[in-house]
Amino acid sequence: MPATALALGALALALAWPLPILLSRARWPARSPGLALVLWQSIALTGGLSMIGALFAYGLLGFGTNALAGIRSLSVHAGSGAVPAGMTFSQVLALAAAFLLTGHLLLNLAATFLRARVQLRRHRHLVALLSEPSADRPGTRVIDHEAPVAYCLPGGTTSATVLSRGLISLLEADQLRAVVAHERAHLLQRHHLVLLAFRSWRSALPWFPIATRAETAVGLLVEMLADDEARRQVDDRTLAMAIALVGSAHGPVTGAGDTGAGDTGAGDTGAGDTGAGDTRPGDAGAGDTGAGATRTGTGPRDTDAAAFARPDHPFDLLTPRLRRLVVDTPRLRRHQGFGVLAASAGLLALPTLLLLT
Amino acid sequence: MGNLGVLERLLMDVLWDSGQALPANELRDRLLTPAAVAASRKPLATTTVLTVLSRLETKGFVTRDRDNRPHLYRAVRTRAEHTAELMHEVLGSAPDRQAALARFIGNVTPQEAESLRLLLSPASGE
Repeated sequence: MPATALALGALALALAWPLPILLSRARWPARSPGLALVLWQSIALTGGLSMIGALFAYGLLGFGTNALAGIRSLSVHAGSGAVPAGMTFSQVLALAAAFLLTGHLLLNLAATFLRARVQLRRHRHLVALLSEPSADRPGTRVIDHEAPVAYCLPGGTTSATVLSRGLISLLEADQLRAVVAHERAHLLQRHHLVLLAFRSWRSALPWFPIATRAETAVGLLVEMLADDEARRQVDDRTLAMAIALVGSAHGPVTGAGDTGAGDTGAGDTGAGDTGAGDTRPGDAGAGDTGAGATRTGTGPRDTDAAAFARPDHPFDLLTPRLRRLVVDTPRLRRHQGFGVLAASAGLLALPTLLLLT
Repeated sequence: MGNLGVLERLLMDVLWDSGQALPANELRDRLLTPAAVAASRKPLATTTVLTVLSRLETKGFVTRDRDNRPHLYRAVRTRAEHTAELMHEVLGSAPDRQAALARFIGNVTPQEAESLRLLLSPASGE
């Protein structure tokens, strides 16, 4: 049992620090974003389970020699209201922490989903009043606004893709087709659920930088997955051009960058810097990493930018999502894919196995 | 009852365009546009308008002046204000709210999009 608690603690540490860092820096997720998404979910879930499991296993030491006996003894003692003789203070604390952490994470998850539901309902009402159904695209509504935006509103049977008039006049027909396919993929693959789960994890552990990094990485993977669906309808260049047009039109319209999280207006000054860097590839190295930092204002993306800032190639200025559209990026080989899946499943089973042995 | 949504939108358009408080029967008269007639598929009754108004009131888009007989209905905010609220959420200027909405361009920054555009344009001109 002490060994179990230690092993779970070590697993929790590994999943809280080195493994997510490695994964967020790796380049293979751009090749198979779906597999990377599975691995991220496994890391997050196993991380939580092993954190709780380590505390629980340590606290159970006061109750029994193995987990099953400990749990049985715990339930008996919980009924009688007494604590077994010889249980140390730190074990009591650990046990309480395990229960509190579990409750905290679950309540936060529920609160995040409820809050999102309320916000979505209000937003759906607004959309219903301010937009018209598109005549030639089922499940699509058009809002009368000059800013080019496209997004999706999840909601079961009432889910919809919303396009703005500005977007429709900006893009050509097949670029629009790419946008709609992209948004429909978000809806069909229920990406908002994954995003909400990771967002709840981050808001439950605000002092934990890896949670933010994971949320960013998952957000990026979800976009890649939706891009992949769009690429089945149009060629890569069309999709890339649609992103480039919509993305670069956003700047002047919104006035600031669009990451939302860390916007302090620094993005505006960053615009000039990157612009200069792009036209003069010679001095790109240091300057571009710097621009990467001002671009997002949040930590996680800095490393992405740094990883790609080799001055000799303009493609390297792009973050992974765009890069894979302009540079040939083969999918992971079959055995590599199986490896990722096996690792995800193995990770997920590990805390339970450790606790029961 | 699926066309209630359409009627809600048309009714709000009337209220927004008029910019003043109106009684239900006046609203019904102004709603007799071809689009609204097509949506209701039958002569529009004042009771239907009242149903639609009370739905809009519950959702917080319409307020009712009960001191007056008949009651007067008024849009809570202008169309422009509501549009601004919606775009605010979509463009993520309210960081707390954007998670539920996955936008097409995601986290792509204007600068990055601009470099991509430069990268793509010379070849597309060939």
